[in-house]
Amino acid sequence: MSRELSGRWLRRLIVVAYLLLLILWPTWYVVKNTFAGGFSAFWDILQMPEVQSALEVTVRISVIAVLINVVFGVWVSMVIVRFRFPGRRVLSALIDLPLSVSPVVVGLALMLVYSPAYGWFGKPLSSAGIQIVFATPGMVLATCFVTLPLVVREVVPVLEELGEDQEEAARSLGAGTWQTFWRITVPSIRWALIYGLVLSLARALGEFGAVKVVSSRIAGQSMTATTLVEARSQFAPHEAYALSFLLAFAGVVCLVIVALLRAQATRSLGEKS
Amino acid sequence: MSARRLNRGAGLGLGIAMIWFSLLVLLPLAAIIVKAAGGGASTFGHILTESETRDALLLTVKVSILVTVLNMVLGTLIAWELVRGKATGARGAGRVAEWVWGKVRVVIDLVIDIPFALPTIVAGLVLLSLYGPHSPLGLHWAPTTQKAILVAIAFVTLPFVVRTVQPVLEELDTDVEDAAASLGAGRLTILRRIVLPALLPAIFAGASLSFARGLSEYGSLVLLSSNSPHRTETVSVRLFAFIEQSNTASAAALATILLVVALLAIVVLDLVQRRVASHE
Repeated sequence: MSRELSGRWLRRLIVVAYLLLLILWPTWYVVKNTFAGGFSAFWDILQMPEVQSALEVTVRISVIAVLINVVFGVWVSMVIVRFRFPGRRVLSALIDLPLSVSPVVVGLALMLVYSPAYGWFGKPLSSAGIQIVFATPGMVLATCFVTLPLVVREVVPVLEELGEDQEEAARSLGAGTWQTFWRITVPSIRWALIYGLVLSLARALGEFGAVKVVSSRIAGQSMTATTLVEARSQFAPHEAYALSFLLAFAGVVCLVIVALLRAQATRSLGEKS
Repeated sequence: MSARRLNRGAGLGLGIAMIWFSLLVLLPLAAIIVKAAGGGASTFGHILTESETRDALLLTVKVSILVTVLNMVLGTLIAWELVRGKATGARGAGRVAEWVWGKVRVVIDLVIDIPFALPTIVAGLVLLSLYGPHSPLGLHWAPTTQKAILVAIAFVTLPFVVRTVQPVLEELDTDVEDAAASLGAGRLTILRRIVLPALLPAIFAGASLSFARGLSEYGSLVLLSSNSPHRTETVSVRLFAFIEQSNTASAAALATILLVVALLAIVVLDLVQRRVASHE
């Protein structure tokens, strides 16, 4: 074998061995451990009230957070791209901040503002009977915080690319702001918005650290799927694995959807040009 | 592009967006800085003289650096194999092997994103099964060794360098490389003088993402590491303990240090990258 050929296969071997050991083997192990007792055992675990409650809490919080994110994300993207105002650069830099902050720091930050014991707003809010942390609003805030950049990062470049010609044309033909937005802007950013939404959803379903800090973690009531995985990992590993499998499966489905949509978008772009 | 100044309606929209952004991100992060500053220099001094916290910081920085270097090398290699890994002109058995490799590459491209899809707590759970007391490979690294922490951080940060280098490599024109080869440059020379300089900005961009993520990782370490002070406790785990004890002054000080280290890393990596780029 020539040196070039053996070098090529050596590189390939390193890549495959590293990915097998680090990524594929663990992923396969989640599936294997989940179905070690057969499908019916897995199904029985999913019927347990605490497991169902955890899934419900996770889905509820993720859906609320993602919806808020989509509305706010489009809003902020429009403001950043379409208008010039002081602080615009700072705002667009700050939007990315949540990506590089530890989830525990996110939790701490929210606690310092909304904790009923020592938070800036937490004390007055709790005497008014409004609870933010250790309740659903706090968990939604934590999830919104960590998923915040995902929609904006997808939508901003598309809006920039798009320019304003079509919107101006619509306006000059007498369309109102609202009509222009729904008829022109939304259809143009549709795909970016869907990517952002799916990526946010994947991140929201799997969020652990930030939500853990701001939730009361009562099983069957305020525990999310990820916090229940932690709680059950030692004494009820089958439950932990069943939930893990569902979370991993949802995450992989989200990513595959994004990959397929992107592939299709590039293909249709190629046909156009 | 003709961007407009704010009119009244848009001003209102901006206002509402800013209120939400402030309540969600700005005020909470400001609260950390205010809290940390409120304790004065003594809180920081106290935190840094506390040997548990110092060791947690050192361990976290050490592991993040190691993993980042690993990612820069292997991540670039993986991206290279994904984009340029196709060999042409193979014959016979070689052609079959190349066909199989083509399919493997499609799978690898999907596999790279798995760490983004898998919740961190799930990664921790499964890595504990694989590298823990019942390790099928006999690698009993978790939960008592720092090697287990290294594996977890390597797992969660894998996609960063690959996904920043890959698009740059795809855009890179092979004409320059062909020209260099026709002028008699060897493969190593081409790699060192043409390909690597073009990839460096992307490699360093991926590296700073990877380092920041390594510093802040929490979810995958909760189960995987025994989190015993001095040996296997990382900053985020220690930070969580401070919050649980309602020790907000120490928590805020440590969080501030973490933010500063992350910021420093971004600046340093940017400087190094400029330095290296200007030398080429």
